Amino acid sequence: MAGRSDRTAVTTDDESVATITSPSRRSFLQYSLAGSATLVMGSTFVGDEAAASISLPELGEILDFPDVIALAEAPYASNLLLEITTGNRVRFELPRLDKGQGIATAFAMLIADELDSDYERTDVTLSDRRADRPFSITGNSAAIRALWDPVRSLCAHARARLVTAAALRWSVRASSLRTSQSSVIATDGRIATYGELSAEAARVAIPLIPVTPKPVSQYKIVGTKRARKNARAIVTGTEKYTLDTSVAGAMPTVVARAPDIGGSVLSWNGAVAASMPGVIGIVPIPNGIAVTAQTFKQAFDARDALQISWRPGPVRGQSDAGMRNTLRQINTPLTPVLPLVGSLSATFEFPYLAHAMMEVMSAVADVRDQSAEIWYASQSPNFVAAQVAQSTGIPASKVKIHIPFAGGSFGRRLFGEAAVEAALVSKALRMPVKLMWTRNDDMRHGRFRPLSRCDIRASWLAGATLSYEHHIAAARNDFRHGLGDALTAAGVNVVPDLFNQVGFITMISLPYRFGNTSSKLVEKELGVPTASWRSVYSGVMTVANEIFIDEMARIRRYDEVDFRLRHLDSAAAERCLRYVAAAGAWGRTMPRGQAQGVAVHAEYRSAVAYLVEIDTTGPEPRLLKAYCAVDVGVPVNVSGLQAQMQGSLIDGWSVMFRAGNHVDDGRIREGSFGDFHWARMRHAPVTTQVHVFPAEGSNAEPGGAGELGITAAAAACVNAYARATKTQPRRFPVQEYD
Amino acid sequence: MPQYVLKVNGDEHVIDAPNDMPLLYVLRDRLGITGPKYGCGVGICGACTSHVGNSVARPCIVRIDSVGAQEVTTIEGLATGDVLHPVQQAWIDEDVAQCGFCQPGQIMTAVALLAQIANPTDADIDAAMSENVCRCGTYVRIRAAIKRAAAALQQA
Ligand code: FES
Ligand code: FES
Repeated sequence: MAGRSDRTAVTTDDESVATITSPSRRSFLQYSLAGSATLVMGSTFVGDEAAASISLPELGEILDFPDVIALAEAPYASNLLLEITTGNRVRFELPRLDKGQGIATAFAMLIADELDSDYERTDVTLSDRRADRPFSITGNSAAIRALWDPVRSLCAHARARLVTAAALRWSVRASSLRTSQSSVIATDGRIATYGELSAEAARVAIPLIPVTPKPVSQYKIVGTKRARKNARAIVTGTEKYTLDTSVAGAMPTVVARAPDIGGSVLSWNGAVAASMPGVIGIVPIPNGIAVTAQTFKQAFDARDALQISWRPGPVRGQSDAGMRNTLRQINTPLTPVLPLVGSLSATFEFPYLAHAMMEVMSAVADVRDQSAEIWYASQSPNFVAAQVAQSTGIPASKVKIHIPFAGGSFGRRLFGEAAVEAALVSKALRMPVKLMWTRNDDMRHGRFRPLSRCDIRASWLAGATLSYEHHIAAARNDFRHGLGDALTAAGVNVVPDLFNQVGFITMISLPYRFGNTSSKLVEKELGVPTASWRSVYSGVMTVANEIFIDEMARIRRYDEVDFRLRHLDSAAAERCLRYVAAAGAWGRTMPRGQAQGVAVHAEYRSAVAYLVEIDTTGPEPRLLKAYCAVDVGVPVNVSGLQAQMQGSLIDGWSVMFRAGNHVDDGRIREGSFGDFHWARMRHAPVTTQVHVFPAEGSNAEPGGAGELGITAAAAACVNAYARATKTQPRRFPVQEYD
Repeated sequence: MPQYVLKVNGDEHVIDAPNDMPLLYVLRDRLGITGPKYGCGVGICGACTSHVGNSVARPCIVRIDSVGAQEVTTIEGLATGDVLHPVQQAWIDEDVAQCGFCQPGQIMTAVALLAQIANPTDADIDAAMSENVCRCGTYVRIRAAIKRAAAALQQA
């Protein structure tokens, strides 16, 4: 890739640095004294944004998808900003979206540990879009993995400078000083805060102590439990999500959208709407008519008063029954089984599935004088900037995007339709607007996890598994956001199949020794908008595998846990499984209608196992208890990680038992939480235990965590249900079809 | 346009609004009180949950003309100065929130539950809390926080 030559073309003149860490990273670090007295550490990439593309075939050789993200970003690894203010606060700008997964808190913990700063005085804010980080993408559970080394290096370097500044000030040996709680401390008790030293630290030419990050075993905060940094803001209602930000004069805006998916305006008349109280402006945009008013209520009323005739959408006349049939026809046939060999074949069908974040899609935009300022909680801000630029004609370099904290995402915010719409309306009205999708808009005009069909066949002879085939046919997943930049996005537009296949290969793994294994993906554009949904391909394939493996174990008269332990080839997954089997007393006798279920998953260099107990005797099935064991290499915030695993269980239960979307004659049937049946308190287990394996060894590295839990949690729930009811669920959500 | 005098979190506001204006948009769009969130607009997700008088209400379906002289309390009005309400404190102690978007509504529902039932059972919690969606799946911790807050309130 082009970025590589750029990296080596720059040489370092800082010997002490070059010998300690890789020159490719260090060489871009620059230091500047911003304002009067603040140490700002960070750097600027000296390469050319346009030259930094990734060639797709190269991706296939990479271990897994988060590596792809890390690799794409590597040339920009030191384009990070860490600031130590004279007020003795540390501030890091995180070039990622925190949408509830807790990465802002996790990075505050890591920074405080590495820098020896006071955790309470260590702030992590979400970075605006930065053109010098073209591959900023929040996804695939890669945030901690991709930024782990760069952030640790940056902090180690900053700490070395602060120590050096104190050594020069006091004329003592730098190596005699220690650091703690945002202060440098001398052996004679003299003390200076980081804030006091920051101006001098900025002028240090060569740090006089090593800039090597600490070994993981020395961390004191990483690996503990911390409440998320914005917990107080959240419980007092002061956390500012997109529509809560006060942008002077930004007016409420909604869009009248076609009843059909992808329908468009044929003709319209806004005379009545325009005369209604509170209405400020009416603006036709490519996919509907936008109304701006003093309040959202007045905008809704005026929207409803618009007279619009709509062109039909691209899937008018089609329903999901036909689409399922299409998937059946296009899926790669399974290999016939030899005579005298045992075998099992099964088909699993998964519906379209909305992301349904609690915070609907929304954006604030202020477009004027050939520049745009946007507030949008984006997982891929550079991609969104390119789209805003394309639709408004404003150069991308003039599109500023602020990233508020997000009320959930689950993959949906890889795309930024609301930001583009808000920009168009703001441009037309020459005023700032705050545009909101209603819940109906979100559900009926959003994006969906692709409709999918998994055909699986395994064969065996005596105790040996001979083959395992898994062929999936799915509506094409839309990856047009690429790796968060404009360039790979353009590449996906040209060769979508190639990008999707690379994604598939790098995301899918079967952690079992099952003889001859094969996984094949066939995708077809079915006209319903799609987007990655937590775990992407694993979200259906691994779930199907784990349900299938349970059934196969029973048919072959193995205990389900024992069967997995015999075949697993992931030591981490095995350890997790053994843990939950012991903690949850696997195999204990349960009353009629109740049962246990297990499942495991290994991905993102992490592993997880769940054991759940279900009761199917009530009016609807319910989880009673759940045990989870998780190994992520280095857990950063144990409380946050446990929260992810608990949330994954609710996700898993919801999508396997309750929630899904349907297409009826070109429209999405569900419109809100009244018919998109997300799990509620009464469906959640009363007890859950999440065991987190601590980091082992000083060189342990973090795996991914955000999406890790959902697949195993989902499968464990179904496996428990199947054992309790002696059924074989094949189509989801279960409660709709059983 | 009719005029209303609204009491919100101890302050009085004079508002001109059509009589069918839902309270949520008065709070958010007119008064800049953004703690109550829009999650559905039709009373089924609980993201906007606040108190009107002494009971839980869904401001997205409460018309302004139905409020009358009743005091409106949103999440912003729960703490006393810097001192958090025990339910808010329990939410922090149990590290409940993930994205946090549903939590103002969850907390306001939990406060109302504890005002009615000092020591709720799991079944009470199921019944009271099942009208509030949490898309991040924080239910296990919400339950733990309610029990923690119940204990704290009884000691107080
Ligand atoms: S927004 Fe009021 S209940 Fe959903
Ligand atoms: S914490 Fe995200 S919706 Fe509840």
